Amino acid sequence: MYAALWRVLPGPAWCKVIELVVLAAIVVVVCFTWVFPAVEPHLPGSGQTVG
Amino acid sequence: MTLGDTQRAPEPLPSRPRRPRRRSRALAVTLRSASVLGELMVTAGVLIVLFLVWQLLWTDVVADRAQAAIVQQVESTWTAPPDTTIPQVQRHTDDPPPEPAPVEGKVWATIYVPRFGKHYVRPVAEGIDKTTVLDKLGVGHYPTTQMPGELGNFAVAGHRTTFVKPFAQIAEIRKGDAIVFRTKTTWYVYRATDHLVVWPGQVGVLSPVPDDGWQVTQPTGPLTKRYLTMTSCHPKVWGVKRYVQHGVLSYWAPVSSGVPPELAGMDLSKDGKKATS
Repeated sequence: MYAALWRVLPGPAWCKVIELVVLAAIVVVVCFTWVFPAVEPHLPGSGQTVG
Repeated sequence: MTLGDTQRAPEPLPSRPRRPRRRSRALAVTLRSASVLGELMVTAGVLIVLFLVWQLLWTDVVADRAQAAIVQQVESTWTAPPDTTIPQVQRHTDDPPPEPAPVEGKVWATIYVPRFGKHYVRPVAEGIDKTTVLDKLGVGHYPTTQMPGELGNFAVAGHRTTFVKPFAQIAEIRKGDAIVFRTKTTWYVYRATDHLVVWPGQVGVLSPVPDDGWQVTQPTGPLTKRYLTMTSCHPKVWGVKRYVQHGVLSYWAPVSSGVPPELAGMDLSKDGKKATS
């Protein structure tokens, strides 16, 4: 999977490393901004009210 | 990750016996699917760690900025109390002047708990909706319960592990600790009494005379006490139950009469300092 990703990315190795860092950063931002806030209310441990 | 996939394996030495080609292909497919499966599992693990970082650390960072700004903003529209201790004659135990009806999702009070640290002050908003009030504004007032200082039960909820966790130290409250609320005009000083752990369905803790029943009960006789109820999750992180701290009103006092002696020693300077313990 990641080997295939490495082959698909253009440029020399140092360039691929930078591309991977950018991709990872995008994944983190997407998760922090949209995915996690959407998932969190459905997990246990987030309730602090009765009723 | 096998970065060397592109490189061809060196030709086997002539002396080594060749393995049947079919078997090595089957082996390669198995190995490849195993490595993809492994990579997927590692990815899932990394995402779970990332989620915990977000939940336990990042939500604090975001909400802390927001709540500090909210307290400053709200209190800046209020008149600061004179720098004197509230005299005994101004400590009332009768009905306080009525507060204006709060608006859902709007901050209308602040809470001070000396036990939580000398910088501890958080906004109190109307409503207990998780995403609009508790995640963003801090502490929320159960709209179905009484207003502070009133006969009956003034109940609030707050996070314990995430979103700046205003009630992170709720289990450190000891009997007799001061829990102080301020509105635009009035201080309400409560003293902690007992605490209990209940299931989320035990809404009796919100009753005008709180109990641990499964429904809110209206007392038959006239109300005589002014209770406080704070709820948060329990146990920490895996909050399937609720931690409940009760208190009773010690007195209320007009803000114009000074600062409650219970808050002496607290550093409430408006330098935007993070509220820490």
